[in-house]
Amino acid sequence: MKLDKKEKRDLQIKTLKRTFRYLRGYRLQLVGALVSATVATLATLYAPRVIGRAVDRMIGPGEVDFVGLRADCLALATCAFVAGVAQFVMTRLNNRVAFGVARDIRVDAFRRLQKLPLGYLDGKPYGETSSRIVTDADLFSDGLLTGFSQFFTGIVAIVGVLCFMASLSLPITFVVVALTPLSLVAAWFISKKSFVYFHRQSSLRGEETGYVMEATSGARTLQAFDRGEASSREFEEIDERLTRVSLLAVFFSSLTNPATRFVNSLVYAGVGVCGGLAVLHGTLSVGNLTTFLSYADQYTKPFNEISGVLTELQNSLACGARLFELIDAEEETPDAVDAASPERFVGGVEFDRVTFSYRPDRPLIENFSLKARPGAKIAIVGPTGCGKTTLVNLLMRFYDAQGGAIRLDGFETRRLTRASLRRGFGMVLQETWLRAGTVRENIAMDREDISDAELRQIARACHLDAFISRLPHGFDTRVTPNGGEFSQGERQLLCIARVMARRPDLLILDEATSSIDTRTELKIQDAFNRLMAGRTSFVVAHRLSTIRNADVILAMKDGKIVEQGTHEELLAAKGFYYQLYMSQFPSTNA
Amino acid sequence: MKTLLRHLLPYKKEAILAPSFKLLEACFDLLVPLVVAWMIDCGLAQGDASIIWRALAILVGLSVAGLAMAGAAQYFAAKAATRFAAAIRRALFAKIGRLSFAQLDRYGADSLATRMTSDAAQTQTAVNLLLRLFLRSPIIVLGATIMALVVSPRGAFIFIVALPALATAVFSILFLSLPLYTRQREALDDVSLSTTENLVGARVLRAFNMEPRETRRFNALASRLLAIQERAGLVAGLMNPITYLMANLAIVALLASGAAQVNIGTSTQGETIALLNYMSQILVELVKLANLLFQVNKGAACAKRVAEILNLPDGMTEGDAELCATREAGAVAVEFEGASASYGASAGLALESVSFRARIGETIGVIGGTGSGKTTLVNLIARFYDASCGVVRVFGRDVREYRLASLRAGVGVVPQKAELFSGTIESNLRWGDPQASESELYAALETAQARDFVDAKPEKLSTVLEQGGRNLSGGQRQRLTIARALVKDAPILILDDSCSALDYATDARLREALAKTKSRRATFIVAQRAASVLDADQILVLDEGRLVGKGRHEELLRDCPTYREIYESQFSEDATSKVEEARR
Repeated sequence: MKLDKKEKRDLQIKTLKRTFRYLRGYRLQLVGALVSATVATLATLYAPRVIGRAVDRMIGPGEVDFVGLRADCLALATCAFVAGVAQFVMTRLNNRVAFGVARDIRVDAFRRLQKLPLGYLDGKPYGETSSRIVTDADLFSDGLLTGFSQFFTGIVAIVGVLCFMASLSLPITFVVVALTPLSLVAAWFISKKSFVYFHRQSSLRGEETGYVMEATSGARTLQAFDRGEASSREFEEIDERLTRVSLLAVFFSSLTNPATRFVNSLVYAGVGVCGGLAVLHGTLSVGNLTTFLSYADQYTKPFNEISGVLTELQNSLACGARLFELIDAEEETPDAVDAASPERFVGGVEFDRVTFSYRPDRPLIENFSLKARPGAKIAIVGPTGCGKTTLVNLLMRFYDAQGGAIRLDGFETRRLTRASLRRGFGMVLQETWLRAGTVRENIAMDREDISDAELRQIARACHLDAFISRLPHGFDTRVTPNGGEFSQGERQLLCIARVMARRPDLLILDEATSSIDTRTELKIQDAFNRLMAGRTSFVVAHRLSTIRNADVILAMKDGKIVEQGTHEELLAAKGFYYQLYMSQFPSTNA
Repeated sequence: MKTLLRHLLPYKKEAILAPSFKLLEACFDLLVPLVVAWMIDCGLAQGDASIIWRALAILVGLSVAGLAMAGAAQYFAAKAATRFAAAIRRALFAKIGRLSFAQLDRYGADSLATRMTSDAAQTQTAVNLLLRLFLRSPIIVLGATIMALVVSPRGAFIFIVALPALATAVFSILFLSLPLYTRQREALDDVSLSTTENLVGARVLRAFNMEPRETRRFNALASRLLAIQERAGLVAGLMNPITYLMANLAIVALLASGAAQVNIGTSTQGETIALLNYMSQILVELVKLANLLFQVNKGAACAKRVAEILNLPDGMTEGDAELCATREAGAVAVEFEGASASYGASAGLALESVSFRARIGETIGVIGGTGSGKTTLVNLIARFYDASCGVVRVFGRDVREYRLASLRAGVGVVPQKAELFSGTIESNLRWGDPQASESELYAALETAQARDFVDAKPEKLSTVLEQGGRNLSGGQRQRLTIARALVKDAPILILDDSCSALDYATDARLREALAKTKSRRATFIVAQRAASVLDADQILVLDEGRLVGKGRHEELLRDCPTYREIYESQFSEDATSKVEEARR
């Protein structure tokens, strides 16, 4: 997405406005942070003055003003103490605001995530969305706030230093100001150079990462074809280009410090000489010269910080814009105000001339109609991409139909709350998703109060009891994210158990057994049959042996039902279903 | 760490020059307060303007020299660090190519990729900083103390008290905050996990109406993160104020003792100023040093993760025998004798005492449920894993006696997961044989049932494949991987459940085409579908790692209950009779 300059500016302003809204709750802390930053900076700047004054009180043997010196020492200690406390308070308040805002934004983004249509979530890589909530939130608030506080203290420091210096000696102050552009030019030159190389470095790094990802995930194939050396050579070629650019990027960016130090020491030398001459002419005291020198030492630092802050601010605004894009994304249509919320369903389902497509230019389901009696077992078969899973998405209202109506027990599903509609369904998908948590949590899901007796009974019904008794902590064994330590069949059984615990009125099995081998499937079949008994069930399958005893089989093709009937009827018709069915048995075809 | 440092050796010139130049720069820095003291005590006290101009010349000279030294130091440090990182990446890349499959399983592709990319980059940053600062900061601290001692031995005792106190404060804050940062990262990981779960598992969680619960849970995690962040920030936030306060108290002490000495004439105003300057230099450098240690600590964690991989023992020791394959019909190509295999000591046996022989010209079907050990069995042939006991022989010799490359040149493998690589269709096919002629490539495509769709592409063989070949469908990818193995024309061909993405008709045509050239090789077909192995000369039936049946279809159907169960679970009775009819 390329934005022109004006659009970019508008986006930044919009993001800033949104940011202020988040800052509203932290007004006191923000004001406190600004006050303490000002105090800290001024106290830090005042200390060299006190030191200078103290130095002036010791001119030579017998010429030391001990009384004044004692007062100065006390003043310096007080000043250091005030500066220290103010600095600490500033950091604390800054952190509170920065981390607090990050938390608030995160929580808002997550809450919105729960209400976003699945189409939005499916539309981009999960990693991208999650990095907005995880990484961007931190980068945004941290960048914005440290950026802002550095900017603020930088300005205070520059103005403060100039004022303090001017109060000591105008001509020398003028020398310092005259040397300022040097520092700016140096900073500008370096950041421009290093930006170019950093940019090239990051694109080469992307290329290399792509190659590495491919090589690590394909490591087995590479070995099988003995490609180790060949691919190492290719990798080294990419890596060489990256390393050369990296060297320049690292080198130029690391010049910043020496260059600043150089400019600093020029200013220092300039101040030293002018100050020295002024002392000779009697217009400046030696103590004031030391004060000047330490100001000169501190003077260029804020300039550097401010120039760094601008890029940082822009980066964090970009992160913020990505976050707000998520937070502002359009929610699912909310439940109707008068939506019904029945506790139980009898299970009659009707699709009435339903039309739906994921993309407007690619029609998928058009004028789809279907009636299912309560308790019926409806099987849906057809080739990949014919719209089988879409029907499931529509039934559960993961997506809303664009035309027609879907009715459950006579209620149009859009007139039901999503919560009550979904409570009615039990759903087992091909993707056996388990959450990081205990086995118990994975089976209970929303029924946190489920009793041990019931858990055991469900486990027995799903042929899981032996499996669970083998686990180190039984039901309290922790499952790693996605349950990688369990076999596909074990994961699927857990998914079935979790639906069983819910005692749904209707059932959806979407390719629930296609990743399990057929013998295991036979064993699970029993659990399925128990689950389906007396419930309206929708079974999507590509393995046709599993659905022969369905009440109605719908053969779908390109979003339409091309045939409808029982297994025997459809076989006898020798049409599309017959072909599908027979293609499983190559020998009869070949 | 030793493993990694070895990669710095070729750049030891740079690695020594960088800190040396830094050292010179530091020395120049240390001279500055002396010059200023000299200017004040000699120039100003005696009213000699020429000394002031000389001081200017020296100061400018020192800063120019300092800049030159620093520039050189930064360059050498950058060179050593980037070259070091490159050497690490290349070593890692080569190492990953030598890892055994068991090791690859253990670490996983993502973790290996992270180590090569971001961990290597963090290590680079740490090395760069270390080379630049590890001499500079301590030298300045030490140098400033020594200079102070030279300037005024009496004033220097304040340094001797203040320095350890400052250092203690800096390092105790550092070490207090490090574990907090670890906890902070863990809390962030929890937030990240919860987010990912709610994306990947969105359908299930919504189906269970878990949204309110998930939101509550997330809020708790985010608030816990906030609390830890604040605590870590609190400790780290003490660093500047405390060091600043301590340094200024030391300055108060310097002023007091300086005043007393100036009063009795044992010290001068200029010397006192020099001491003050050294004290501020020390403060600046100590804080820098703490920062450096913080970065280096972060880098060390990454370096450890990199070294972990590099330190892995090489997956397998290979022999030096060359494979002498024969194409003579009936020659024993593969022989298992009581071979067992397991994935790690704690895991059970994935394969238990399997024995069989496969000859050139034979097709061997391997069938069984998920987790029955089919893939394990064929993986032993090309020595992707080693048998834990028993022997696997290829052309009469224990596989462990062969040079790995030579053994693998004799085995064509089509893995379960269709993995293609960025490049063109042709470059992928040529992996099997770089010298293959175009007609050989097309012949392989034809056998693999891939010619149609390749011909349909405007660029034909030169069609560009994206990373992982993701611009092709699963079935197309799978057929190309089959063609790739066919181009190799090895005497042993293994199709490891490679037809699952093909429809039944294509699968049948593929097997028919393979049958035409079957006399040239021993062909292993691993399958879940009984239909895929019906016509094999020998079918191996596996159940939970044990070989429970061995023979032809008819024999197994009669004698092997497991085989019968598999067969019947896939073929309903009426279809079974039809199949049987058709076979007759």
